[in-house]
Amino acid sequence: MTAAVEVTNFVKHYGSFEAVKGITFSINEGEIFGLIGPNGAGKTTTLRVLATLLTITQGQVTLLGYDLAKQAGDIRKFISYLPEDAGAYKNLTGRAYLQFIANFFEDRHHSDMVKKGVTIANLGARIDDRVDTYSKGMMRRLLVARALMTNPRLAILDEPTTGLDVLNAQEIRKLIKTTAQQGTTILLSSHNMLEVEYLCDRIALIADGRIVEEGKPAALIEKHHVRNIEEVFTKVVHA
Amino acid sequence: MSGLSNIIKKEIKELLTVQTFLPIILIALIFGSMGNSISGIQKQASTPPIIGVINEDNGTLATMASTVFHTHSTVVYNGTSITEKTEGLATVAGKNGAALIIIPQNFTFNIQHNHPGSIEVFWIMKGAGLLDAIPSAAVEYLISTMNANISRHLIASNASVNATVVLTPTIRIDSTQFKNREFDGLSPTTITSLLSSQSTLIPIVMMMIIIMAGSIVITSMALEKENKTLETLLTLPVKRTSIVTGKIAAAAIIGLMLAVIYMIGMSYYLAGLGVSGGVSLATYGLALTPTDFILIGLSLFVTLIAGLSLCMLMGTFAKNYKSAQTLTFPITMLALIPMFLTMFTDFDTLPPALQVLTFAIPFSHPMMAPKALMFHDYTLVAAGLIYVTVFAMITISIVVWIFKTDRLLTGSTSKWAKVFSKRKRRMY
Repeated sequence: MTAAVEVTNFVKHYGSFEAVKGITFSINEGEIFGLIGPNGAGKTTTLRVLATLLTITQGQVTLLGYDLAKQAGDIRKFISYLPEDAGAYKNLTGRAYLQFIANFFEDRHHSDMVKKGVTIANLGARIDDRVDTYSKGMMRRLLVARALMTNPRLAILDEPTTGLDVLNAQEIRKLIKTTAQQGTTILLSSHNMLEVEYLCDRIALIADGRIVEEGKPAALIEKHHVRNIEEVFTKVVHA
Repeated sequence: MSGLSNIIKKEIKELLTVQTFLPIILIALIFGSMGNSISGIQKQASTPPIIGVINEDNGTLATMASTVFHTHSTVVYNGTSITEKTEGLATVAGKNGAALIIIPQNFTFNIQHNHPGSIEVFWIMKGAGLLDAIPSAAVEYLISTMNANISRHLIASNASVNATVVLTPTIRIDSTQFKNREFDGLSPTTITSLLSSQSTLIPIVMMMIIIMAGSIVITSMALEKENKTLETLLTLPVKRTSIVTGKIAAAAIIGLMLAVIYMIGMSYYLAGLGVSGGVSLATYGLALTPTDFILIGLSLFVTLIAGLSLCMLMGTFAKNYKSAQTLTFPITMLALIPMFLTMFTDFDTLPPALQVLTFAIPFSHPMMAPKALMFHDYTLVAAGLIYVTVFAMITISIVVWIFKTDRLLTGSTSKWAKVFSKRKRRMY
C-alpha cells in the first residue's frame, strides 16, 4: 500500500513555544487514521500544518507525493480540510455556499459536486435558506458536505461530528466510512473515543507534542489489557 | 471585590490593548505636527504684509496712500517710476513679499476731478490654497484702509467731489504672477476661489471612496476571522494573490458605486451653495486636457488600489468586527488629512515636513493632481503616480507574504507562545 501521508520528525514552534516536538507517522491511501489526545497536545496544530495553513518549523511532510514545504499550492487541489470551529458565509444560502466552494475546482463538474454536497448535507428545502438561519447541527452538516463533496484524495477532519446529535453524528460517521471505501484517505481528530474506535483503521495518541502510542484500535486495547480505546487513552496519557 | 468594581476591572483589562491605543497615538502625533504648522500660519497672518511701493505721484492723496502702506506694512522696495517695475517685483519676490503697488502719476488729480484714482497691484502668488491667500488678504485690507483714509480726507476737507468717488476713491487694477504665469485682471483671492471651486469635488470623492471601500476590506477580513471562514478559504485551490486582489477589486467596485451615489447628492448640495461657480478657468488658460483627465483617472485608480491594499494590511490585524472598526479610524484620518491640506493650502507652500507627510500619504496625489495639471506641473503628478504604484505593489506584496505565513491565523508568535504556555500550565 502506498502512503498518502508521510510525516517525519515534524516540529512546530509558536515563537519560543514548541507545540509539536518531532512526530513521525504515515497514513496509507484509503485508510482512516485518527489523531487523538488531550487539549493542547498538538493535534490541531498537526492538522493545520497538513492542511497547508501553517508552516513547518522542522522535519519533512509529504502528502500524496508532494512536498508540503514546497508544493502547498498543488496539495490544495487534492485535499479537503474541515476545521473544528469552521463557519460558512452567513449571507449565502447553503446551496450558494456549496457552489462558491465548487467553483474553485477547475477540472471537475461543478454541478455534480454541488448535487453531491446537497445530498450529503441532507438539509431538505432549508439548503436554499441563508446560512445565518441554520442551527449549529445544520451548519456542521453543511460543512461536512462541503469537505467531502469535492472528492478529495485526502480529507482532514477536525472533530467532524462536533455539535451534531446522535442520529446526525451516526450518519456522518457512516458517510466517512463510505468515503474512505471509495478511496479517499481520511485523517481525523476526535475527543469521542467510541467514534474513533468505530471509524479508524489506525490511531496515534499524541500528548505534549509527542506521539506516545500508535496502532490499530483492537491491537492497542489488547496491548494495554483494557476494554476500550477510552481506557487506552486514559492509561497512556496519565503514564 | 464588589460586582461593579469587578466588571470595571475586567472591562479595562479587555480594552487596554495596543490595538485600542495605537490608532489614537498615531492620530495625536499627526494632529501635533499639524498644530505646529497651523501656529506658523497664524504667526504669518498676524505679521504685517511685505510689499513694494512705486509712487509716481507727488499729490497729497498719493502721499496719503503711500503713508498708509508704509505705516501698516513692511515696505521692501520704494520707487518713483513705473520703469522700476521689474526691479521692484524682483525685490518683493526675493523678500517673500505679497505685492508691488503702483500709484500712477495722475492719481491725486483724477480723484480731485471726480474720477477714481487707479492703483495697480502686481501680486506675487505662492500657493492656491485658502490659507495661502492670507498675505494677499492682508494687502487687500491695506488698500481698503487707504480708501477709507482718502474718503475721510475728502469729506473732512469738503472737497467738491461727487459721492460715488468719495465712497470709492480708487479702483484696483490687478495682475497676478503665479507658477510662472501672469493673470491680468485677477487677484490671488479670485484665483484661489476659482481653483478651490474646481478642486473641491475630487478630494471629497477620493476621501469617500477610501473610507467606504477601506472599511469594506477591513471588515471583510475581520468577518472571515470572526465567522471562521478564513481557514477553509486558505485551504482551497486558489492563489493567495487571487484572494488578496479579489478582495481589493470587489471593495474598489463597491466603493466606487457608493461614492457615485454619495456624489450625486453632494453635487446637488454644492450646486445649491453655488460652489461650482460660473466662471470658466479655461478663459485664463487653466483648463484640463483629455490627457490630464486620463492622468487624474490613473492617479485615482492606483491610489484606490494602494489605499485598499493598505486597508487589507490593516485587516490582517483585525481579530473581529469590533477591532475592524478601530482599524478603519487611522485610514479615515489618512484620507482626511490630505483632503484638508489640499483644500486649505498648496503643496508648494507647505513647510518641508508637511510636504514630506503629504507626499507620503498616497491619498494626497489624486487630490493634488487637478491643480498641478492645470499649471502643467507634470513632475509632481508623475512622481506621485510612480510613488503610489510602488507603494501599492509593496503593500500588496506584504499582504500576500502575510497570507503565506502563520501570522494571519496565529497573530504574533510571542503572544501565541504565551497563550499556549498558559493553556499548558492549566492542563498539567
